[in-house]
Amino acid sequence: MPPNPAQPIDCIVIGAGHAGLAVSACLSEKSIEHVLLERGEVGNSWRNERWDSLTLLTPNWQSRLPGYAYEGDDPDGFMDMPSLIGFIDRYAREIGAPVRTQTTVQSVTVHDGGYRIETDREAWHARTVVIASGACNLPEVPRVTAELPEDIFQLTARDYRNTDQLPPGGVLIVGASASGLQLAEEIRASGRDVCIAVGEHVRLPRRYRGRDIQWWMHHSGLLDEGIDVVDDLRRVRQLPSPQLTGDHQHQIFDLNHMSGQGIRLFGRLMGVRDSTALFSGSLKNVCALADLKMKRLLNQLDDWAEETPGAGPFEPVERFPDTRVDEAPTLSLDLANTGIETVLWATGFRPDYSWLDVPVMDRWGLLKHDCGVVESPGMYLVGMPFMRLRKSSFIHGAEDDARHVTDHLAGYLNH
Amino acid sequence: MSQHERTVDNGVNVGALLDARDALTEMPEAAQFKWRATSEWRNGTHSRHTVSKFFGLGEEQSHVQEFSFDTDHPEVFASEDNGATPVEVVLVGLAGCLSAGIATVAQNRDIQLNSVKATLEAPMDLAGILGIDSDVRNGFDGITVRYEIDADASEDDIAAIVAQSQKRSAVFDIIANPTNISVDVKKA
Repeated sequence: MPPNPAQPIDCIVIGAGHAGLAVSACLSEKSIEHVLLERGEVGNSWRNERWDSLTLLTPNWQSRLPGYAYEGDDPDGFMDMPSLIGFIDRYAREIGAPVRTQTTVQSVTVHDGGYRIETDREAWHARTVVIASGACNLPEVPRVTAELPEDIFQLTARDYRNTDQLPPGGVLIVGASASGLQLAEEIRASGRDVCIAVGEHVRLPRRYRGRDIQWWMHHSGLLDEGIDVVDDLRRVRQLPSPQLTGDHQHQIFDLNHMSGQGIRLFGRLMGVRDSTALFSGSLKNVCALADLKMKRLLNQLDDWAEETPGAGPFEPVERFPDTRVDEAPTLSLDLANTGIETVLWATGFRPDYSWLDVPVMDRWGLLKHDCGVVESPGMYLVGMPFMRLRKSSFIHGAEDDARHVTDHLAGYLNH
Repeated sequence: MSQHERTVDNGVNVGALLDARDALTEMPEAAQFKWRATSEWRNGTHSRHTVSKFFGLGEEQSHVQEFSFDTDHPEVFASEDNGATPVEVVLVGLAGCLSAGIATVAQNRDIQLNSVKATLEAPMDLAGILGIDSDVRNGFDGITVRYEIDADASEDDIAAIVAQSQKRSAVFDIIANPTNISVDVKKA
């Protein structure tokens, strides 16, 4: 008998993306009755909230979920969105995940020793709730958005699909994460003038000493590091995604590569005066910080390679040129006079918990939790950046976290 | 080896700073500070300024003593040169802020500083303030800060301390980024 809203249920999982499905597999292993509530289709954000050319930044060999792995003939390739959706869809079918699609959660409240989950279709009562609704629901757009002239077309990385959406003029991209740089290159290739406003960013080569960077991160154990290794967890959880792209065309996809395409670099966008965008004078320093941090990471990987018998063979140690920045970068850009018609915000995302009526939010609107165990008894979280481990934000990181929270959840149900 | 055995002491109480950081994360209102200065014109381009009180941790605070500063213009501007020019004071503020940050970050990273010296230079075209050319800004064309640091650390580690100090510096931010200024006046 499929679960029925009229009966209390052990667990409701909110969201049927890769993280929610990993939780479902672990719950089924433990024979814990549960239902996944999904506002759209399985893998909805990947399906509807990503641009057309996006690929995963992790190679196919790393695409794994509990009891399931990539089995195609291109382990070193990167999935595009249709392939990823197929991968997740097949997984949902294979594990027989009890997903209620097209069911939007409208509120979650504490009720009778558990939770009441109100949806646009029906209400559920559950002893436990796992929140797997994603880390990237709402684009984070800085306040300066309101200061831009009205004739500037603004959109976010979530709403961008392809260059056909854009007016013909130049584009100012705000943000130098993986998204910002990928969109900059794509839009530049359409013949448009492109500028990037660069704040703090993470620089990383795609390939290092003949191996993919994810190979290094995985085998050196860095991805398995837990939250105890960092001294400022909040900062690390908010770091922009490293400047990577899901292909092997360029060994390093960085700001120097952008400059090479004729893309102009500015400091962080700080304000707008009339039609003139004002940038921070800190560009040199944010680039120096990223260069130094990348060097520190590569030193760490070299040390690991040296200390680990049988890890190699590797190509020789290499270093990348520092980020090229003008001696005196331009601090302002008159959008009207320079033909900039679009501002594209690649400034990150935040989760949406507007439906959660349980007091578990900190003052930044994030859930208070300890490694996915939320402060409210019987409530759990998965699928957040560095939630427990450095790999928590990756697809293959979902398994470890799902096991951890479902172990705790099973104990909670039993006691 | 002996370097590691030596206790790093740059004179910064990092423990207290980290405790304060935790406390202020929990109590955001206590983190709301107000910095103040008073100023009185003397004669010509000479003014005297004092700093003694500020607000923070929810109440009025005082420095251990009142500090006073004179600003003036040099003799080449036909002034009496009773003090540094205000723009030089800006450079002093930047250096003070960055060096304090360097000592703190180094302490936090267990790096002993032996000497930290900075030389600052800021070109300025007087055609701006004299109203000769409206395309020239009044302020600096830019600022260069040259640090010379002797510390028990690699060159990259020292560079990382200086970079981190800029990232966390108030004066660096004040100079590098736009700030609203409101100047009121009333007849005394």
